[in-house]
Amino acid sequence: MANEAVKYVWEGAIPLQIHLHKSDVASHPSPPPALVLAPRIGYLPLLIPHIKPYFKDSLPPGEDSIWFDYKGVPLKWYIPTGVLFDLLCAEPERPWNLTVHFRGYPSNILIPCEGEDSVKWNFVNSLKEAQYIINGNCKNVMNMSQSDQEDLWTSVMNGDLDAYTKLSPKLKMATIEDEFSRKASLSSPQSRQGATEMDVAGQIKTARVPVRLYVRSINQDFENIEDVPGIDTWDDISYLNRPVEFLREEGKCFTLRNAIESLLPEFIGDRAQTSGEERSRDDDNTEEADGLLREMGEIKLARIQGIEMKLEIPFSWVVNNLMNPEFYLHISVLVKAPQR
Amino acid sequence: MNSGREVSDGRLTVEGFSVAARAFADKWKIHNQSFPPWSWVPLINRTLHLSNQQEEGYLSLEEILILSSLEESPEDESLNVATDCLEKEESVDHTILVQNQENEAHYYDFHIVYSSSYKVPVLYFRGYCSGGQPLSLDVIKKDLPSCSVSLLHESKWTFITQEHPYLNRPWFKLHPCGTEDWIKLLSQSSISTGCQMPVDLYLVSWFSVVGQVVGLRIPLEMLN
Repeated sequence: MANEAVKYVWEGAIPLQIHLHKSDVASHPSPPPALVLAPRIGYLPLLIPHIKPYFKDSLPPGEDSIWFDYKGVPLKWYIPTGVLFDLLCAEPERPWNLTVHFRGYPSNILIPCEGEDSVKWNFVNSLKEAQYIINGNCKNVMNMSQSDQEDLWTSVMNGDLDAYTKLSPKLKMATIEDEFSRKASLSSPQSRQGATEMDVAGQIKTARVPVRLYVRSINQDFENIEDVPGIDTWDDISYLNRPVEFLREEGKCFTLRNAIESLLPEFIGDRAQTSGEERSRDDDNTEEADGLLREMGEIKLARIQGIEMKLEIPFSWVVNNLMNPEFYLHISVLVKAPQR
Repeated sequence: MNSGREVSDGRLTVEGFSVAARAFADKWKIHNQSFPPWSWVPLINRTLHLSNQQEEGYLSLEEILILSSLEESPEDESLNVATDCLEKEESVDHTILVQNQENEAHYYDFHIVYSSSYKVPVLYFRGYCSGGQPLSLDVIKKDLPSCSVSLLHESKWTFITQEHPYLNRPWFKLHPCGTEDWIKLLSQSSISTGCQMPVDLYLVSWFSVVGQVVGLRIPLEMLN
């Protein structure tokens, strides 16, 4: 049931320009940077077989322990490449300039990575967690045969959407009812018969959706997005690995804004009313209204799969079309912090 | 009102976790005085929250000095914890120190963190030397009592290296999958009213099992 949006997501890629860190350069002259096209849904360690040939003649003797940094910030290898890009580059940089290290792994900051095995293991664990959130248990992933699990992982590694689409039904993930996707798929051979028909996994009314929210908070407004300063450390990012829970109600649309606000309640738009109950609701009282606005934070930007999202989009559409292969929706958010 | 006061499916809400955590910390303080108390660390994130409406947080027990006894006593399955734990401000006289296999002092931090995905508590821990260098899992396993090492081999319990959900550093955690199943079993055997377990007792019961894996035992009085 691959639709346009899912294809777009799987084909998304970031051009990288990868520089060897000067302390790892044992040759003269130092090697030119490697140019690699990195799949958005992939992970940096998977690129190493493509990168290493460029640099192997320049490396000092010894064992490799490979890691990447962007402007001095070590990159967390288990975060999909596209998410790292959306989060760390306020203004998208093309190509994205990264530095690769072959020595001196910062094991006090980054969890260890033993190449593809670590990345696969992380993927499967995220998949289990996502399934637990969606289905209430992770038995389908656990019961999947070893070879099916391997094939699923391989399809992700190779960006093979066709192979993935054949295998993912074995996961029997419950789906979120979504009027918008269904319209598009009515013309496809696998279209659903009607609104009330249940598929194998069942469509659910109360949804628990796996979300990973990455929040960058700034204290002031910026004219241009490129003026937003980069982060110095990961402590500048708040990471929330927490499901969005929502009840599907007739006639009501649960939007992306609703979803983000449910995870970050201090940004809720109507907070002004609840906190201002003792005050007059007269909007002419602009001074007080300004004061209240300053107390609230503001969602400046939300990026998913490189797209700057309109917050009023129905959340169910976003989930069904923009999630990653492990069934997590990764959202990078830029917020202006509440002011005192 | 049943909501929040009792647990029947082995899982906790985030509010239930806060309640259970305070109850656990209080009982620990009363009954387990050979250890320092657990502290509650609220999740007031400096980049986001002005006021944390619904206080979320985790329990923290830190700088536990772990020693390996030179005389093996198989009956004693708990860690030999130094009765003086290192205070941040004070310098402590370690006259009762017994050297461990590495010939240096090992410190351990334990955090009990709520998992919103699995709706159960998860134990995170790490070990480090006095210089702050992290200890590897091999070294940590040597510090743990031998019974937990065999528990690990049953692969019921797995230690995973994973980033701490809030601290941006690698920690170890005990994999939570399956927690709600054995919590349900615990509640069946201890309370006559089916699978109900009062929220206050959740973490105490949970820790009576989980703590053993890392060699932290709790006195039986805590379970009352």
